[in-house]
Amino acid sequence: MVIRPQQISPAIRWSGLAALLFVALLVVGPLVALSLRSGTSATLTSADWAAVRFTLFQAGLSAGISVVLAIPVARALARRSFRGRSVLITLLGAPFLLPVIVAIFGLLAIWGRSGFVSQILQSVGAERLNIYGLSGVLLAHVFFNLPLVTRLILQGWGRIPVEHFRLSAQLGMSPKDVFLRLELPMLRSMLPGAFLLVFLLCITSFAVALTLGGGPKATTVELAIYQAVRFEFDLGKAATLGLIQFVICAIIAFWSLRAAVPVAFGGGLSAVTQRWDVSSKLMLWQDGLVLFAVTGFLGAPLLAVIGRGLPALTSLPVTIWPAILNSLTVALFSASLSVLLALALAGFIDRLKSQHNKMSSMIEGAGLLTLAASPFVLGTGLFIIIHPIADPFALALPVTALVNAAISLPLALRALLPALQHNRETYGRLTSSLDMRGWSRFRLTTWPAIRQPLGFSTGLAAALSMGDLGVITLFAPPDVETLPLIMYRLMGAYRMDEAASVALVLVALTLTLFWLFDRGGRLGHQT
Amino acid sequence: MKRSLLAAALVTFGGATWAETPTLTVYTYDSFVSDWGPGPAVEAAFEETCGCDLVFVGAGDGAALLSRLKLEGARTKADVVLGLDTSLIANAKATDMFAPHNGIPSDLDLPVVWSDDVFLPYDWGYFAFIYDKTQLPDAPTSFDQLRKSDISIIIQDPRSSTPGLGLLLWVKEIYGNGAAEAWEELSPRIVTVTKGWSEAYGMFLEGEADMVLSYTTSPAYHLIAEEDDTKAAAIFEEGHYMQIEVAAKVAGSEHGQLADDFLEFMMSDTFQTIIPTTNWMYPAILPSNGLPDGFVAENQPEEALLIPIDEVEAIRKEALAEWLSALSK
Repeated sequence: MVIRPQQISPAIRWSGLAALLFVALLVVGPLVALSLRSGTSATLTSADWAAVRFTLFQAGLSAGISVVLAIPVARALARRSFRGRSVLITLLGAPFLLPVIVAIFGLLAIWGRSGFVSQILQSVGAERLNIYGLSGVLLAHVFFNLPLVTRLILQGWGRIPVEHFRLSAQLGMSPKDVFLRLELPMLRSMLPGAFLLVFLLCITSFAVALTLGGGPKATTVELAIYQAVRFEFDLGKAATLGLIQFVICAIIAFWSLRAAVPVAFGGGLSAVTQRWDVSSKLMLWQDGLVLFAVTGFLGAPLLAVIGRGLPALTSLPVTIWPAILNSLTVALFSASLSVLLALALAGFIDRLKSQHNKMSSMIEGAGLLTLAASPFVLGTGLFIIIHPIADPFALALPVTALVNAAISLPLALRALLPALQHNRETYGRLTSSLDMRGWSRFRLTTWPAIRQPLGFSTGLAAALSMGDLGVITLFAPPDVETLPLIMYRLMGAYRMDEAASVALVLVALTLTLFWLFDRGGRLGHQT
Repeated sequence: MKRSLLAAALVTFGGATWAETPTLTVYTYDSFVSDWGPGPAVEAAFEETCGCDLVFVGAGDGAALLSRLKLEGARTKADVVLGLDTSLIANAKATDMFAPHNGIPSDLDLPVVWSDDVFLPYDWGYFAFIYDKTQLPDAPTSFDQLRKSDISIIIQDPRSSTPGLGLLLWVKEIYGNGAAEAWEELSPRIVTVTKGWSEAYGMFLEGEADMVLSYTTSPAYHLIAEEDDTKAAAIFEEGHYMQIEVAAKVAGSEHGQLADDFLEFMMSDTFQTIIPTTNWMYPAILPSNGLPDGFVAENQPEEALLIPIDEVEAIRKEALAEWLSALSK
């Protein structure tokens, strides 16, 4: 019997192409709109180039550190089962979901000049900490992204069939051998994509880089764009900077996706991964220490946010209720859109892989690049496009949801694609030989493989959208408030305590939303 | 007969449609429209008399407000723009999007003479460094002292924030050609530079620095709203740079008369009384009941500094370049 690779069905092809076109229009359209509107070509100063260099430098370093640190954390989580493990995994989502400003204040409560650590240092007569500078930027970016990478790699561990571990135990393989034969190949397939994701996430960092970077030394391209749009109204320069950022990211995206070495483990029975190679006392201590440290590192700022928000919780303005509703609406809408886009793209890329490997990598890269698009360029460009034909205020919530969906698309893609590929490598030939197609194929093989990453990425997209304040500021009509907007308005009116309470409400809601989706995807499963 | 009834009905109906209350759209900065800003009270008071619907649209801060207007161009819905400041006026006038006002009230209470024919001032303040008296008993009394001290400060970025730009111009006005040197000396004092006022002020309240760049009126908020008298503004011998907040009528406005009415209302006692404890700035005309208790601290700046409106843009560019190079070392 000859098994030919399955043809790509028209449904998958057209929905994939439509999603691709949509993303391309959304990313390129605003750049074009800005350039056309300004009509002049911009000249970049040496300060702009310094910003480009710093942006790449901090993003590369942040991504590198996050990925390296995530490996032991994910490994410890993958090979240990303990009470509260599931809660810990959910909480791993928290830092990533904190609105930037909330996270900054949480981090400062621990690491700031009058934070927890500094107070301990001072009480023993030592100098207090000064994290402002590159170390502050890295600290925040690792705080945001270490948990994300951990979750992504953890999925990779989950895909190594338990049978492989059993077999290696029967063969008497040492932990080192198990690492080299099973875990390293898995990491080599996962890490480049994870690195790329964090790199892209850190590229558009603005408030973190500036606030914790300590001054203009830590100027990112995004700040230069903000300055060009807001202070100098030099739209041509904003477009040029946006384009440079975009091209650099595209090169790096293509390069790192090529660096990923695909791996095929074959199928297993997906039971709880029991491990036989990790029972030594030393490794137990090692894992325990890693998990303890990471819980402290991620949990302490979170506790600070909660503690800071509690006192004024009862004196919140009533406008918070409609704002909650607005935020939830935008979040759910943009999460659905983001996941639909991701599914369409991922299905298409996955099918292309077997026939046109290069092209599928390019499409995958394009799908990730919405992260490299500057939110300011995106927002301003869309405003220029929409303003002549419709009232931007009337479209505030849809546009916000749309942009948020585009920005969280890469995360969903990153989570879904490996699962789909793994699934095809494992069951592809079997389903083809059984001539299983369409719905039954989806229900029996694809759905079980993607429901976990699907739940995870829906949760992420919804939560990210909740905390976002990027686009809404430009489009927001006078009477539509979202939670982050209320929080900023309170801060702008000296009411820091109430702002901290709104932040707490925001964080609690965001986490709940994330938990609901993530847990929904993991029900009946063990990761 | 029937026909005339119908005609009468049509007239009445049509008349009702025509008499639909006009909407006056005022673009302003975000903190003006917030529930805690002057917006809600101003709206209620103006709507009592104007027979119109007053809609405030918040757009970031002052600078964002201007770029928003430029972005919209002639199609803008704005009838009035409220919330630009003295450092943005020249830039705003260059757009030709604003129309002259009907005259400057004679009773302005500003430390400087106001003569602009397009923009009217509605409130003002001095930039100042705020500190906690219990933490910093010996606050500096001059910029020179601050430069030589070991006091930590948080400032805002002049590329993204109005107070940050104010400080840039303040230092330039005091030190002129020596501004670059002053920034280099100040550089180690600066804990960090934030995107906007809120982040900086919040970090100061959390104890991240001894002082923060804000306004001389900031302690009044803590005193009046929180009954906390520990905050004070450091008054510098060299004088304090001013921020005057202004508004103007948009030239293409369909509601020119209403816009003029609003500007007149802006200078009225009603509006000016709302300003102090909602915008936490000095009103442009002292309200008839005076300022609230505790609003004016004992210690006040002796000299008001302000760069002439049409010189700001050139000086800003030069000062920004100096600032960037001094703080990037």
